[in-house]
Amino acid sequence: MTRAEATPPRPVEGGGSQERFSVGIDLGTTHCAVARLELASAIEHGDKVLPETMPIPQMIAVGQSEARPLLPSFLYLPPEGENVELALPWIVDDSEPLVLAGELARAKAASLPGRVVSSSKSWLCHPGIDPRTPVLPAVAASVAEEGARKLSPVDAAVALLTHLREAWDVAHPELPLSLQDVTLTVPASFDARARDLTAEAARRSGLQQVTLLEEPQAALYAWVAQSKGGWRKQVAVGDVILVIDVGGGTTDFSLIAVREAEGSFELHRVAVGEHILLGGDNMDLALAHRMKVKLGRDLDAWQMHSLTHACRAAKESLLGSDAPETAPIVVVGRGTKLIGGTLKTELTRAELEETLVDGFFPKVESSARPIKRPRAGLRQLGLPYADDAGITRHLSGFLARHLQTMASTASSDGADHTHRTFVHPTAVLFNGGVMRAAPLRRRTLELLDAWTAADGGQPVRVLEGADLDLAVARGAAYMGAVRRGRGIRIRGGTVRSYYVGIESSAPAVPGIEPEVHALCVAPFGMEEGQSADEAPQELGLVVGERAQFRFFGSTSRREDRPGAMLERWAEGELEELAPIETTLSSETRPEGDVVPVHLRASLTDVGTLLLEAVPLEGSATSADERWKLELTVREEG
Amino acid sequence: MSDKEQGASDDASSGTAAEEVPFFTRLVLAYVIFFKVLFDGVFAYRARGLRDGTLRLAPPPKTAAEMKDLASTKLERPSLPRQASEPPPARPPTDGALVLLSLLQREGRFIDFLQEDVSGFGDAEIGAAARVVHDGCKKALDEHVKLVAVRSEDEGATVTLDAGYDAAAITLAGNVGGKPPFKGTLKHKGWRAKSIELPKVAPTHDAHVLAPAEIEV
Repeated sequence: MTRAEATPPRPVEGGGSQERFSVGIDLGTTHCAVARLELASAIEHGDKVLPETMPIPQMIAVGQSEARPLLPSFLYLPPEGENVELALPWIVDDSEPLVLAGELARAKAASLPGRVVSSSKSWLCHPGIDPRTPVLPAVAASVAEEGARKLSPVDAAVALLTHLREAWDVAHPELPLSLQDVTLTVPASFDARARDLTAEAARRSGLQQVTLLEEPQAALYAWVAQSKGGWRKQVAVGDVILVIDVGGGTTDFSLIAVREAEGSFELHRVAVGEHILLGGDNMDLALAHRMKVKLGRDLDAWQMHSLTHACRAAKESLLGSDAPETAPIVVVGRGTKLIGGTLKTELTRAELEETLVDGFFPKVESSARPIKRPRAGLRQLGLPYADDAGITRHLSGFLARHLQTMASTASSDGADHTHRTFVHPTAVLFNGGVMRAAPLRRRTLELLDAWTAADGGQPVRVLEGADLDLAVARGAAYMGAVRRGRGIRIRGGTVRSYYVGIESSAPAVPGIEPEVHALCVAPFGMEEGQSADEAPQELGLVVGERAQFRFFGSTSRREDRPGAMLERWAEGELEELAPIETTLSSETRPEGDVVPVHLRASLTDVGTLLLEAVPLEGSATSADERWKLELTVREEG
Repeated sequence: MSDKEQGASDDASSGTAAEEVPFFTRLVLAYVIFFKVLFDGVFAYRARGLRDGTLRLAPPPKTAAEMKDLASTKLERPSLPRQASEPPPARPPTDGALVLLSLLQREGRFIDFLQEDVSGFGDAEIGAAARVVHDGCKKALDEHVKLVAVRSEDEGATVTLDAGYDAAAITLAGNVGGKPPFKGTLKHKGWRAKSIELPKVAPTHDAHVLAPAEIEV
């Protein structure tokens, strides 16, 4: 890997006089947020200037709109002929059927599930579908309307980003978002394809200068920003910061090591967790099911929705400071008769702790691992929700899995990892709405302390964070100033090594699939703007034909360099991703010609992986002849 | 003047006798006109002329039904000279009140609660429903109206009012004699809406629909 190609800091003036802001966009599973930072003043005043969030106008009911800090990531596809009486401060393109984002869409989810798209972000990294095919809303066949409109997960991201762009442009008519420096956050666990699709959605929604940033890193940037320079006193060389980000729909872990280089701090994001579809919404639903049992009667979908809503409110009241012992749960009737049709029960603190604290953050040993349920043969196409609701089991698994990583990459933290059974974080940063609850933070810390103590380590510290709902957007905006050389940068790089599947040339045996070997094409830890060495293996591609490869990623094999050929690997070490493909089109080559190529990987400035087939030296017909390998492949028609 | 009002004058010239307007129609009219005078400068100007007798009194319409019609349709701004590029028609002045009611209904089932006959229910049942109403309405109020107390002292505290106190924000009770300064006990600290921000309403939106009827298909 060539190290020399790291990107130089962007110039202060950037793209022109209209680029004044660094804008952070948190495209969340359940909510979106936007923050901005004026670049000139951030450069001049440094840590004293904080990113500020921008209120987002949105429809809240038919005919009514208002600006709110968060945009619910829900999209409503109104039935034909329904007039939602738009009151948005911008003109909505009426050449295409309306897609409405925000609070009105969220409110419609209960009564019109077949017309509301939710959690579309989780579908972007769904391994079982092509995210460009219209599959959302994903509802059971029983509620699906015949011929109802559908969006693809990419379309949904485009719709949300377009809404945010319009909101920005209305608030800043002279400084359109397309000319600002935009940082868009993605889960750390997003693979190359999901990142690519997110960047594509940003382009399609009219954003031109976009850089991707991992959400846990954004949370750490927000913490750095709000400490106003004080963060240097709160961390020390050798620290390993564990970011625990539990949002509405997903749980994301990252490890960031504090190291020393040339006398100053360096922050390295050394490990990220898997994509875990588990979050606050699951908790509200778990409480609702418990309360439903307590009510002892059948509830229809609407009542269940109100019950979930009531449980969320009760949860927040019981988990807050000065919490009462019990919180009432009331589900009122749907008709105008409010008092007669009321269902009433109460949620006690004990029940809450049992369901949430013990259910989602169970007391487990550090050796615990997430439980995997065997899948039933036939399943409806849905999101691959986590089998195990125990976030602490996912955490212990994550820390153990990355012990090797820390041992191999930790050069300056001085800790001896060899006698440990898992990574010992020294500090924790919480993020996401769920972690606002003190009992959940307490339980997590208790467990981390118990685990490290049993393993011969020290207790962990807490890095007191900013607003857990808005930190990601703020941190992303802060990142814009960092790119201009202001403040500390977290060094990240790709979190996976990538492989293409090569069939071994063995004599064909009927009924037995040829063995597949994995050829490493992209190493772990590539940074933005870097290119990896070409894999020396020669592949022959046929001009005019489509070539498809199986594609694999690994978060744990960090030593493989391009060209490494794996003949076998441990269970779970390599994860098969969606296939990649390229079509060799060439004006200078005759159809049917076989072109010997090398595969070369690089990480673009945006933060997406680029794989190219490069003709062998001497065989190229022009200096820049090469073919891009598409990470996102359309399914066969 | 709008065409409709012109038409009314024409009717008057045909010699229809003035009739007494029924009480409930007058009530509706008084409500509508109150807001119109408050929010519509042009209308207020004309109303003053009417009161002072400087504006020619248009004869009343013939029937109560027409009167009612007048009350419900004349909420639009009186048409001013039309300009080439016209801004969208201004929303009727009652919209703010209607939107606030719809917010309270949507978030806290406010209208359902007030419209229900509570006499047949026990306190526990009413209390359970009241929680939902309280939670939701408080949320709606907190998000849209910034409330502050008129007086920052605790209720029960002794306060002194100097001459020139704001009589609109403070009312005196009890045995008020002589001149300020007055000394007294703060019984209610008062509320002031420091700011109010209501949702924007679409030009075509009928704000009179406070909650749409729901039909499950």
